[in-house]
Amino acid sequence: MGRVKAKPGPLARRPDNSAFKQQRLPAWSPMLTANTVLPFFYFMALICMLLGVWLLLTVQSTREMKLDYTEAGTCDRCFEMRKNVSNAGEGCSCKAVFSLEKPFKGDVFFYYGLKNFHQNLRRYMDSRDDGQMVGRKTNLKNPSSYCSPFIRDQNGLPIAPCGAVANSIFNDTFTLFHHDSSGKSFKVPLLRRGITWYTDKNVKFRNPKVDNLTLAQVFQGTVKPLYWQRPVYELDQADPTNNGFINDDLIVWMREAAFPNFKKLYGVLYRADEHFTQGLPAGSYSIEINYSILSRGGTVVWLKLGVTRVPLCAFVSCVFLGVF
Amino acid sequence: MNAKAVVVDGVFKKKERHVKANARDFNDKFSYADNRIKTSKYDIFTFLPINLFEQLQRVANAYFLVLLTLQLIPEISSLSWFTTIVPLVLVLVITAVKDATDDYFRHKSDQQVNNRQSQVLSGGSLQNEKWMNVRVGDIIKLENNQFVTADILLLCSSEPNGLCYIETAELDGETNLKVRQALTITSDLGDISKLMDFDGEVVCEPPNNKLDKFTGTLYWRDSKYPLDNGKVLLRGCVLRNTEWCFGMVIFAGLQTKLMQNCGRTNFKRTSIDKLMNTLVLWIFAFLICMGVILGMGNTIWESRIGRNFQAFLPLSELQSSAVFSGFLTFWSYIINLNTVVPISLYVSVEVLRLGHSYFINWDRKMYHRQTDTAAEARTTTLNEELGQVEFVFSDKTGTLTQNIMVFSKCSINGRKYGDVYDEFDQKVEITDKTACVDFSSNPLCDRGFKFYDGSLSEAVKLEDAAVQEFFRLLALCHTVMLEEKSEGLLVYQAQSPDEEALVTAARNFGFVFRARTPETITLCEMGRTVTYHLLAILDFNNVRKRMSVIVRNPQGQIKLYSKGADTVIFERLDPSSDDLMCTTSEHLSEFAGEGLRTLALAYRDLDENHFEVWMKKLLFASTVIENREDQLAVLYEEIEQGLKEMLTTTAIEDKLQEGVPETIACLNLADIKIWVLTGDKLETAMNIGYSCNLLRDDMNEVFVVSGHTLLEVQQQLRSAMEHIHSLSRAGIAGDADKSDMFADDSAFEETVIAEYALVINGHSLAHALEPQLEHVLLDLACLCKAVICCRVTPMQKAQVVELVKRHRGAVTLAIGDGANDVSMIKTAHIGVGLSGQEGMQAALASDYSFAQFRYLQRLLLVHGRWSYFRMCHFLRYFFYKNFAFTLVHFWYGFFCGFSAQTVYDQWFITLFNIVYTSLPVLGMGLFDQDVSDHNSLRYPGLYKPGQRNLLFNKRQFFLCTLQGMGTSFLLFFIHYGAFFAMAREDGSHFSDQQAFAVTIATSLVIVVTVQIGLDTHYWTAVNHLFIWGSVAVYFVILFAIQSNGIFGIFPSHFPFIGTASSCLSEKSVWLVILLTTVVCVVPGLAVSFLRVDLFPTLTDKVRHLQQSRRRKRPPERNPRRVRRTSSHRSAYAFSHQQGYGELITSGKNMRTGTVSPARSPARTQHSSNWMENILKRSNEVSCISDEQHKAATV
Repeated sequence: MGRVKAKPGPLARRPDNSAFKQQRLPAWSPMLTANTVLPFFYFMALICMLLGVWLLLTVQSTREMKLDYTEAGTCDRCFEMRKNVSNAGEGCSCKAVFSLEKPFKGDVFFYYGLKNFHQNLRRYMDSRDDGQMVGRKTNLKNPSSYCSPFIRDQNGLPIAPCGAVANSIFNDTFTLFHHDSSGKSFKVPLLRRGITWYTDKNVKFRNPKVDNLTLAQVFQGTVKPLYWQRPVYELDQADPTNNGFINDDLIVWMREAAFPNFKKLYGVLYRADEHFTQGLPAGSYSIEINYSILSRGGTVVWLKLGVTRVPLCAFVSCVFLGVF
Repeated sequence: MNAKAVVVDGVFKKKERHVKANARDFNDKFSYADNRIKTSKYDIFTFLPINLFEQLQRVANAYFLVLLTLQLIPEISSLSWFTTIVPLVLVLVITAVKDATDDYFRHKSDQQVNNRQSQVLSGGSLQNEKWMNVRVGDIIKLENNQFVTADILLLCSSEPNGLCYIETAELDGETNLKVRQALTITSDLGDISKLMDFDGEVVCEPPNNKLDKFTGTLYWRDSKYPLDNGKVLLRGCVLRNTEWCFGMVIFAGLQTKLMQNCGRTNFKRTSIDKLMNTLVLWIFAFLICMGVILGMGNTIWESRIGRNFQAFLPLSELQSSAVFSGFLTFWSYIINLNTVVPISLYVSVEVLRLGHSYFINWDRKMYHRQTDTAAEARTTTLNEELGQVEFVFSDKTGTLTQNIMVFSKCSINGRKYGDVYDEFDQKVEITDKTACVDFSSNPLCDRGFKFYDGSLSEAVKLEDAAVQEFFRLLALCHTVMLEEKSEGLLVYQAQSPDEEALVTAARNFGFVFRARTPETITLCEMGRTVTYHLLAILDFNNVRKRMSVIVRNPQGQIKLYSKGADTVIFERLDPSSDDLMCTTSEHLSEFAGEGLRTLALAYRDLDENHFEVWMKKLLFASTVIENREDQLAVLYEEIEQGLKEMLTTTAIEDKLQEGVPETIACLNLADIKIWVLTGDKLETAMNIGYSCNLLRDDMNEVFVVSGHTLLEVQQQLRSAMEHIHSLSRAGIAGDADKSDMFADDSAFEETVIAEYALVINGHSLAHALEPQLEHVLLDLACLCKAVICCRVTPMQKAQVVELVKRHRGAVTLAIGDGANDVSMIKTAHIGVGLSGQEGMQAALASDYSFAQFRYLQRLLLVHGRWSYFRMCHFLRYFFYKNFAFTLVHFWYGFFCGFSAQTVYDQWFITLFNIVYTSLPVLGMGLFDQDVSDHNSLRYPGLYKPGQRNLLFNKRQFFLCTLQGMGTSFLLFFIHYGAFFAMAREDGSHFSDQQAFAVTIATSLVIVVTVQIGLDTHYWTAVNHLFIWGSVAVYFVILFAIQSNGIFGIFPSHFPFIGTASSCLSEKSVWLVILLTTVVCVVPGLAVSFLRVDLFPTLTDKVRHLQQSRRRKRPPERNPRRVRRTSSHRSAYAFSHQQGYGELITSGKNMRTGTVSPARSPARTQHSSNWMENILKRSNEVSCISDEQHKAATV
């Protein structure tokens, strides 16, 4: 390091007397001693204790009801049927019953869940084309190679939406009925819209530019994924604006779960209905399931109610810290 | 001739070198190197390919290149290519920039040297040429004080007989003048036309690196003349005392002996480096283990569970079987987990070391004002090793001492001069502020000379006969040569600094040595010019240990003045002066006790007749061929008997460098063993040992080993060993219950409480270093507090260092200033050169250079300690961080079917090491201080953990990786638990992989940042900036790469759009992060504070002290005055060369004209001997060094 400095004079090579160069920068040097650490510990313990109590209270006001319908009720019939691939074409619907001992007050969320379904396999997760889903026309007709092995069908037509994730969409449908004490049945109204993140619905998933064409025309030249019953532009027959890549169920499905056992939002209780303004009343319920063509290891429906769901584990920390 | 040359060329090209003067065409045929030197490695065009090639040869870089190729295979690529290429390119660029700047400076210094001007004889006149254009065979002219351009054969010079003087400081560190003489037949070629006609051909050895050997033959005018080292001037020498000289270039540029000596220095590595490499290999093994486990897991999963999933995800053609899928997964995981081998580790370590080096360069407390030299870290890769030094090998001359002799005290006729007393008759310590005697009345005085006792100059002015005689003696009895640059400006050229000091003292007290001819000495005594006839010089030699002159003063009296070692002079004193002898002897002991070099002086009047008779005998003796030296010695002895009249002694201070005893004491407290290796004599070395507190009178025993045969040495070593053992056994027997425990040697070593010192001679060392004795030597030496090796050759210095390095496994540091220390500096783990002195050779070969020995203390105890401390903390944190970061993938593997799915976003993986967490840890590595520099010096014991390797070793590594694994485990499973059943407030599901990735990444960044915060001991503004800045940057980048805008442009590369905003707006996420942080950090925190409270180390205690003293003003440090308590009598230790007396009386070295042409035959005979004598001696030296070279090559 032959640094040459152009400072004149006899002390030309004298280093500068700056705090930085002389390593004398003013500094705070804390020391970990009992006097400094213990008060901090106690303080943290107190905070965590308070947090824990608060969490415990909120958790108690939440209710949860879980129903595994794989073989529940009449569904064992469908389950058996799906085991045999030759029956794949036939539809199958079944019914399961359950009852709520206490009413679910407030917002009620209706989830479907899967067990041992690996949405988190690397090849599975990669098998999608975000470019296509955001409505790029080039990707629509020419899906990315990541979608392999679901890029094109046997005729070489591009699949829309391509990839393994979209292909394996969860397409069981549910209808929930409430049976009150008088034996009357009410259909529980579920809001099937607005169950996605804002960014997903509005940024990440877009339909290709429609201009004057209908959605069906835009998707001309593509084929529906192998396991789908209806093409992407006809997913929601009730609401034409919920079709194409911006279909809520598709978006929810495309947000891959981190673990093999997971749940996804199916709908929210529509409380404008006079019968359900307070939430779900106690009583017996039945659920009609339109069994999908594919057998998944285990399928669960969660019914959940509550304002906040917070990990209980937070409480554990308080206990842990309380030790100190 | 021509034909022969061709044959020679063809057959013996390697063996002989033919150079013909003034014949470029002839010389061109051999394609000798020209005089351009090139130490740089690259030029603009070759930089990129060569540098890239070199860098990719490094294991770490190659590893990442392999990874990169793996990532290009789609079947196994679990990470995008950019996760590897971004860090790799960054690392390559940083290293390339560093290499380029280094090379730029090399280019610049090359250019500066190549463009120096020289005068070349061509076309009948002298032309100015750049150095690089000088060619072999050219005749060049050198002027006084110029550097010698290339290795040249001296043809003629301005001095008589073709003599010229050179200083070889840059070559071998010796600052005394050396004589070179041209061949007689060429010495009269003094003018240009004659030189133009010179067409001699030199046949000589091929280029080699032997500085003191040259063999060749000059063919000229059909005669052969042998050439040797005495006729060659080597590149790097400086011409002195010679107006001009002409020479013929024999070796140029890279073929010169100087450049041949600048071999590639072998790359030094620190022990941390080596440890790091081992650890990286272990991590590799660990990585492969993990890969195998996960690969097997994949096989099992595929065959058990994956089968059911094939409807949704059909197997690709390659994954035909579960086993093969497992194999592919193995590679995928190798890619995924590659970050356990931290790529940025090496480059970060380099950056840290560079930073530490700059701190050394910038340290004002290591800047020497007098020579305007700042400390310089010339190697930037060894800093932390400075914190682990156990052995320091020091040169003496110029390192411990200044190599400046100062006349400081004398005793004349029983009266002592030189001490200053105050009004109460108390001795005053002499400092810079003490008023010194004013010599300005003397126009010829040397302004640099300082003397503090006014009574001496009073005595001179009062014409005290004894005092006057004393100074007369000093002015007459010496072999100093004189150069009068201008009227009154006298420059003394002495071959030993002692003599110069004495003559200068005489000069200032009014006895100025003005001129010298072979037969006269002219003094200017108190303003009067007095000429003495020089009748004889009775030269110095090692046996006589004295020299005398016989002069006839203007009054016609013949006097013999003599000076020499006290013992020698005392023996020859006339018994009548016994009383005086007693007093003087007392004074001598006193001087010696202060560490001064003493010399006794005496004179005698000679009877005219007696002298005549003696002189005849002398003339006769000097003509005899056989036993001439013996006969002369007898004669000298005869006339030097019965010295009397006046007995005086002088004390010369071999000035220690400032602060040497304090530094040695301080380093001793830090358990650093100091060995002095010197070329000096035993007495001198011991004397210095005492004066710098290395040897002390209160030491139990100083063993002196000076045997000449293997057996003697062995015996001496063994008996010393016996002595120590017997003594300590006696000591141990005292507390008998312990004696059994210390049976083995290594434990025994620790129990030696008594202090010993070992002094060993060069001859003995040669034997002691032989394989059968080296262990005995080493064991003995390690039991001693101080070791001094004297009379050692440069090669032996290196051997001693090598011995310790090899058998002790300890870090060694060698410090020296001269070329004779180069080998030792290169051998030791760390070489330190003292710069600012005349020779630069040592500094150039060194790793660190500074001006004064005392800076070693700061270099080791402050910079070294800090570097080591910082590096260790840095590494510990670095490994912790990478394990915590990477192993999350391992745990995730069990939940994602071992499919090598990454937990984090690819961008996070790319940026984590190089952006999010690099600066805080670098900040800590650069600025952290556990203890201030002040306290590091105050408590040298703080240095010991470094020597014992406590801060970073395999155990520490395990602990930190364990901590990292624990953190990754907690990190993953806390999030797993949380996400298993988490939902957002609006009910939408939340257990998706992207939200999981963002949350866990945020937790990780916060956890490792809190951890670095806890590890930082010294929070400067920069640390604050780095730590808070990194967290801020993390969030900024997080939101940036998950923003709508960037997704709009590259939808497939930034699929995480909106995750951060939807995720981090959740209260529950923050609760999870808080929980994770607390759970991950608290155990470590608890352990560390409990450790400090329950088992505080010295560092903790000093830190505590420092904290409590913070508010008070730090107390001024009392300079630790180390008093010398030696009563050791030093001997006359002249670094003198025999033969110069003859040189003077022969008049050979006098300007032409002053020598009387009429010489007696005896005289001629006599005079031709001096050169032989000198040459004979230098041959002895070269023989020795030749053997060394052989040894070295074997």
